[in-house]
Amino acid sequence: MTSATTMPFALAAEHRERLMRIAREVSFGAGTRLFEEGRRADRFWIVRTGTVALDLHVPGRRAPVIESLGQGELVGWSWHFPPYVWQLGAEAMTTVRAYEFDAVAVRAMCADDPGFGRAIAVWVGRVLAHRLHAARTRLLDLYGPYGGDGRP
Amino acid sequence: MTDSPAISVLDREGLDALVKTLTTEGRTVVGPTVRDGAVVLSELASADQLPFGWGTRVEAGHYRLIPREDGAAFAHTSGPQSWKTFLHPQREKLWSADRGADGQLSLTAEQPEQPSYAFLGVRPCDLRAIAIQDRVLTGGHYQDSGYRERRSGAFLIAAECTEPGATCFCVSMGGGPAADNGFDLALTEVVDEAGHRFLVRVGSEAGAEVLSHVPRCQADVETQTAARRAVDAARDRMGRAMPPVSLRTLMGQSLEADRWDDVADRCLTCGNCTMVCPTCFCTTTEEVTDLTGDHAERWQRWDSCFDLDFSYLHGGPVRSSPRSRYRQWLTHKLSTWYDQFDSSGCVGCGRCVTWCPVGIDITEEASALHDELEARLRLQEQAEQQERTEKVQ
Amino acid sequence: MNDVPLPYRVTQVRDETADTVSLALTPAGPTSLAPFAPGQFAMVYAFGVGEIPVSVSRIDRRELVHTVRSVGAVSAALCALRPGAHVGLRGPFGTGWELDRATGQDMLVVAGGIGLAPLRPLVFDALAAPRAYGRMNLLIGARTPHDVLYSQQVHAWTAAHGPLHCGVTVDRPAPGRLGHVGVVTTLLNGARFEPRNTTAFICGPEVMIRATARDLLQRGLPAHRIRVSLERNMRCATGHCGHCQLGGVLMCRDGPVIGWDRAESLLSVREL
Repeated sequence: MTSATTMPFALAAEHRERLMRIAREVSFGAGTRLFEEGRRADRFWIVRTGTVALDLHVPGRRAPVIESLGQGELVGWSWHFPPYVWQLGAEAMTTVRAYEFDAVAVRAMCADDPGFGRAIAVWVGRVLAHRLHAARTRLLDLYGPYGGDGRP
Repeated sequence: MTDSPAISVLDREGLDALVKTLTTEGRTVVGPTVRDGAVVLSELASADQLPFGWGTRVEAGHYRLIPREDGAAFAHTSGPQSWKTFLHPQREKLWSADRGADGQLSLTAEQPEQPSYAFLGVRPCDLRAIAIQDRVLTGGHYQDSGYRERRSGAFLIAAECTEPGATCFCVSMGGGPAADNGFDLALTEVVDEAGHRFLVRVGSEAGAEVLSHVPRCQADVETQTAARRAVDAARDRMGRAMPPVSLRTLMGQSLEADRWDDVADRCLTCGNCTMVCPTCFCTTTEEVTDLTGDHAERWQRWDSCFDLDFSYLHGGPVRSSPRSRYRQWLTHKLSTWYDQFDSSGCVGCGRCVTWCPVGIDITEEASALHDELEARLRLQEQAEQQERTEKVQ
Repeated sequence: MNDVPLPYRVTQVRDETADTVSLALTPAGPTSLAPFAPGQFAMVYAFGVGEIPVSVSRIDRRELVHTVRSVGAVSAALCALRPGAHVGLRGPFGTGWELDRATGQDMLVVAGGIGLAPLRPLVFDALAAPRAYGRMNLLIGARTPHDVLYSQQVHAWTAAHGPLHCGVTVDRPAPGRLGHVGVVTTLLNGARFEPRNTTAFICGPEVMIRATARDLLQRGLPAHRIRVSLERNMRCATGHCGHCQLGGVLMCRDGPVIGWDRAESLLSVREL
């Protein structure tokens, strides 16, 4: 995640302030589940301190961590796209302090003000693009033997 | 220095005596001779082995010997070899390693007694090529000790160029058919009604010393004038020319040019150009072990940037496409050589043009790249102009 | 001495990961190579097999440590050596990291995979004189938690609240192991540095170097304060074999460590 995708940098001051007006300060102990795959995506968070792990349920093994998210990063984007259902699970890896947002309220704000709505969409889109790029890079297995060119 | 005037004249017997003097001094005399349908560089026992009466007709991908009526010895153009064959040989043992019973290694430098060469008939382009290899192999922080030894002991007899070939372009590379410096002796061959003779200039004390043992006469005005005229005429008879621009800048701006695809369609990536080039210096190493397994040798041999393995990096070659390998050769030769060794790597000898099996011509490629760049810059300028006009409106 | 290798004895072999070992080497005879600086490399000769360039991963008076990953014939032969065996060494070669460039500045050391090896002696040197620098960060990316080099040392660094902030992230987590998962640039948000007054040192796969350098540029680091260590095929290490060219750069002579101001345009051309 570059500085360009963390919320304070990605949103114009005006939109940032409007969003922050409905933020709630929350904290989670290590091991707390923030959300579960398949459930309704009605909230999202921006991490202030600590680390949140995104995971995926696989039968017969402990849920593997897909990615960990730290300071300044957006946790959760499924709230932005129908059908508003979480794709992954999320768990606090450490004690986490975060801003929590009511997704239904933010969606309503977006619907009311297209300018604000576009800013939020661009921000979420950039976060997604960046995570997609990071995931693709990891697919290359660059640290593997021969720079990860698939040989055993 | 004995009675050696700076300029004198040798006849054919004088040339024989020169070779004999050098041989008597214990030198290995190397010069051009006819073999296998080409003028090659070989050890000479006497001046008789020089290619008297042979000229060459060259073109891109074409080389033929042609007999000459005048019997000239140095009226041929560059053959398939250059002096690097002797100064920077194709294979050279670097060191050997022996493993003792307790696993201890002893490593020994290969320090053979290097031959004391005398090169007879070095073209001015090749003098410049030798100077370039000097900078590459001995001019930096580390020196190639084998090259240094062979080079420091070498006696250079230049032969000024009076018969440039159709693939020659030394003038456009900042050189020319005259030998200005970097030689011990310089010959200019003159054949006319007054006879077959060689104007000889002294370029070093060693040159003067050798010449003092050779029968010669003082240079007459006619011979000097004829020699000068022949060399001057050669300057105007270059078969080819590089585009008159900074090739260094041109190559630097052409890394993504379309022309590379065009040349890659023709290039066989055989590496002939790198083998015949008098400045190409790249080498690889080989590890050779004997049957006991306790003795190993490290050998160095010529390598080519056209070889796929050349750029191998755990996994595969960095330059896998022919396009990238031709680009590496040309941009290195004409541009990045400056970054690395403060000069161009090309002297305009034309060997790469002559000996390319498909006749790829370095001057033609450089011109095409230049045209492409010009066209691109023109388009850019037009676009900018249009933008400015639109702004004004 | 750079013509012929000097014999060195393997005094210790440490398995770092499944395919990577560290060899501690001391001169077998009375002579030793000139002192190495962090970031420089030696040509390491495996008897009867060949020579490869390997950075020094620890410099301790006469003892040198080289960390080697088994990827080819020579590196496999080196990885199979046992204490008491001999190798040949030539060096030191190349530019070093030049830690001095970070004097008075925050320091950002970013390592990917085996790229931690050439950076380790830099970190040791910086930690030996912490007052010379601002805040120090070491960010490590690895394939899995089992592939982190010098794991005990790294664990100690991450656990300590000393002058060094150390973070580790992996591409693939191992069951039951907590830690960051993601590309190494994700650790930059947690690092402590003022971009306009920071010197960065980066080593790893070229893709990782490019991604990290671009991210740092975006954050405001000047290109010349981003130092990267690159890799190319190499035969002689003395500037004569021509193999290690990257454009005008002779990697053995002008590299392996160069500034991003020079590297960026070179790495942007495919197959250069």
